[in-house]
Amino acid sequence: MEELLDILKDLHPDVDFEKEEHLVDDKILDSFDIISVISEIAEQFDVVISAEYILPEHFNSAKALYALIKQLEDED
Amino acid sequence: MKGRKIGRAVAAAGIVVCSLALLQRLLTPKYTDGIIEGALIAEYYEEEKDHDVIFIGDCEVYENFSPAVLWEEYGINSYIRGSAQQLIWQSYYLLEDTLRYETPRVVVFNVLSMQYDKPQKEAYNRMTLEGMGWSASKVKSIYASMTSKENFEEYLFPILRYHSRWSDLKTSDLENLFRVPKVSHNGYYMRVDVKAAGRIPDPVPLAEYQFGSNAYLYLDKITRLCQEKGIQLILIKAPSLYPHWYDQWEVQMEDYAKEHGLLYLNFLECVEEAGLDFQTDTYDGGLHLNLSGAEKLSNYFGRILTEETAVRDRRGEAELAAAWAEKLAAYEEEKQRQYMQYGVN
Amino acid sequence: MLFTSYEFLEFLLLLFLLYYLLPAGWQWKLLLGAGFLFYFCAGPVYCVYMGVTILTTWFTGRRIEAARVKRDGWLQEHKEALSKEEKKSYKAAVKHKTWILTLCCLLLNLGILAVVKYTNFVISNLNGVLEAMGRGKPLDFLNMIVPLGISFYTFQSMGYIIDVYRGTVEAEKSLFRFALFVSFFPQLIQGPISRFGDLKKTLFAAHPFDGRTVSRGLQRILWGFFKKLVVADRILAGVNTLIHNPELYDGAWVFVGMLFYALELYADFTGGIDITIGIAQTLGIQVTENFNRPYFSKNIKEYWRRWHITMGSWFTDYIFYPISVCKPMLKLSKFSRNHFGEIIGKRVPVYLSSFVVWFATGIWHGASWNFIVWGLGNWLVIMVSQEFDPLYKRFHDRFAVRGKFGFRLFQVVRTVLLMSCLRLFDCYRDVPLTFRMFGSMFRRGNWNIFLNGELLGIGLSATDYLVLLMGLVLLITVSLLQRKGSVREKIAGLPFWGRFALWYGLFLAVLLFGAYGVGYDSSQFIYNQF
Repeated sequence: MEELLDILKDLHPDVDFEKEEHLVDDKILDSFDIISVISEIAEQFDVVISAEYILPEHFNSAKALYALIKQLEDED
Repeated sequence: MKGRKIGRAVAAAGIVVCSLALLQRLLTPKYTDGIIEGALIAEYYEEEKDHDVIFIGDCEVYENFSPAVLWEEYGINSYIRGSAQQLIWQSYYLLEDTLRYETPRVVVFNVLSMQYDKPQKEAYNRMTLEGMGWSASKVKSIYASMTSKENFEEYLFPILRYHSRWSDLKTSDLENLFRVPKVSHNGYYMRVDVKAAGRIPDPVPLAEYQFGSNAYLYLDKITRLCQEKGIQLILIKAPSLYPHWYDQWEVQMEDYAKEHGLLYLNFLECVEEAGLDFQTDTYDGGLHLNLSGAEKLSNYFGRILTEETAVRDRRGEAELAAAWAEKLAAYEEEKQRQYMQYGVN
Repeated sequence: MLFTSYEFLEFLLLLFLLYYLLPAGWQWKLLLGAGFLFYFCAGPVYCVYMGVTILTTWFTGRRIEAARVKRDGWLQEHKEALSKEEKKSYKAAVKHKTWILTLCCLLLNLGILAVVKYTNFVISNLNGVLEAMGRGKPLDFLNMIVPLGISFYTFQSMGYIIDVYRGTVEAEKSLFRFALFVSFFPQLIQGPISRFGDLKKTLFAAHPFDGRTVSRGLQRILWGFFKKLVVADRILAGVNTLIHNPELYDGAWVFVGMLFYALELYADFTGGIDITIGIAQTLGIQVTENFNRPYFSKNIKEYWRRWHITMGSWFTDYIFYPISVCKPMLKLSKFSRNHFGEIIGKRVPVYLSSFVVWFATGIWHGASWNFIVWGLGNWLVIMVSQEFDPLYKRFHDRFAVRGKFGFRLFQVVRTVLLMSCLRLFDCYRDVPLTFRMFGSMFRRGNWNIFLNGELLGIGLSATDYLVLLMGLVLLITVSLLQRKGSVREKIAGLPFWGRFALWYGLFLAVLLFGAYGVGYDSSQFIYNQF
């Protein structure tokens, strides 16, 4: 979780990712950010989030995103 | 509560309908100044419909014959249902329309429009069709006349056609909002000014001299309709020097008349006999006759009508004579007004 | 049948009556029939093209669904016997099979789109190459039929099949219901590009007559007509004069044309969408919004989130994301990171994928270099502003301008001007000419046209300008009001006679000030051709 928060903080230092629950809906993360996050995650977690998982519900909060990473890790 | 709602809706609908009707009336051209030809067709409906002779056709009827003269000299009660560039199907449907109200003894049709086989110009369509009262004939005439960019809806609701006229409304549109003054004399468009015929342009050779099948179709329809109603149909070619009347056309009309047992008069051939002088009797260099020309031609034609048809001298009918007396007064007044206007004498 | 033709309005009226008179279960079937009738009137052959797309897409969807059902059954049956590894490899095999199915469907349908739309473009480029190499005889152009709205319905169908593949939506069982999704007539000509998951919620349901929804729909249609007839079609004459006679109208005229075109495109396209959404609403159907006051955007990235939204999100979801997160791209990114450093490595996926997306967006708009350059121009501007972002942030903090009205206004004007400049590619005949015209704006120095009355000589009279000004003021006012919620809702709160005056007034404005009928060459909706 810490690692993920670091990735996100890197993109938007001014956002409190632990609290924020509407990252996509409130347009805090745009499509470019999402790509950067995914490629960082691939780098650091060795998990590939394919396009079908890019849905607002998975990216609206750090928590949801972390759950997705865990789920994908399990499936592997 | 519910009653109030319904009342409100009815009131709103009333406002919509009335204001739209008023707007439509305001925006539709009334043809009272400038191009008054557009007002001719509608004037018929206000007439006492008891005519012996009805003219149908284009400008070559409504500018070349004066019903006033036919009445004064021969006691013939006639009316001209003419309009600018009236196409032959429009003439036919106007005849149908007229026969809803009366059955004249004679119908006179000017054959110049045989040259057009297809719809021509929106502006002329408007002038012929708009004034017609609504009937199946009008609907058919509209469908037969529309150019490709026209829509029936715009005839049904002329406001759709004239919606942008708000930017060039004139005071006359307001003055004539509810009542349009008469512009014609039993369908005759009077002009007293003179413009002598000069050089007439040489006729342009045509690719095709045969009249179109559509034109013939409607000529047949006119012939048949007259036959059914026991009306004598007379085909005429008015004595206008231009547009040119080709010999090939003349032959076709002569043949047609012969074949159908109709009287066909080409007035171009009796210019001298009628006493027409294109130095004094035309107001636009030979396209149309002016008052002097029209009166001469009417005099000439009146004699033919009296001799060759069943029309009677009705000057003895008191009521009709009274109505005509009034019309002749207006005719005379208009004459004088125009003499003043154009400074002619 | 144009949206603004009498025939279309009569068609609509008849449909509307039938729709609410028929038993509710028949409603969606009626819409399907109406859609095909509408499309048939546009061109009987078009129906064949659309039919192929409907059939192949629906069938592929069914097959994918069937493969999954079989998979789940098989897994259930052999739950005990299989090891985790075996299950995984079986799942992967099924997934691969569904992917092949999806791919075939995509290739076929996008192939049709590509062939009908781009063959002649390819031929003309080949001819250019041949000529440059000195080979004579150019290739003949093919006489290709381009079915109306093919880009829209193909995209909509392909979105569906990808969603089915991804498992985001269930495959539709009924061929006819799926056919309605593809052929839903209000959005056939110019979008929005709906998603099956969104549209199916209301498309097939029974809709009893509801006065409130219907009147809202009618209001929306009326507003669309206002934009389209009063503003777009009226300014059209001026736009056409300017862009079709570049040799006469350069310099300041290019600037005028740019602004006029911005207004025309906005009024035409958003007006058309208002009519589409309004029609759907009168039928009780909810269609996704396609615009969100785009000219109030503060930068281009935001603009593209607010203009033609459904197209943008289609490209993002079905092209941008898949390309940027596919394995080769991630590998490439990793490779670049290792060889060229963090900064470049991080940018590779974003730059490359968005390049592809903007190239595709460009060519989707039209088969010409103009649109390709236009698309890549957008890409360039977005990338540059992305790079300058940190700089902007510093500037904003340093001068504390963020949120100030004057600065926001500056940003909005800047975005509109920037987009208008890019759109010049949409206006002029070819790319070199566009660059020349753009350059002439700075060199020609004929800015006195704003004062010497020449503006009245481009096919627009003083009355036209007056009407346009009125329209513009109304558009801006409504957009400003919309920031605080739906204007229609606000009007609905007024007393009866207030509502009546407003809506009847708008109707009269369309009736009297609209550019339609004899004397006007009513333009087709600009987006028809795409």
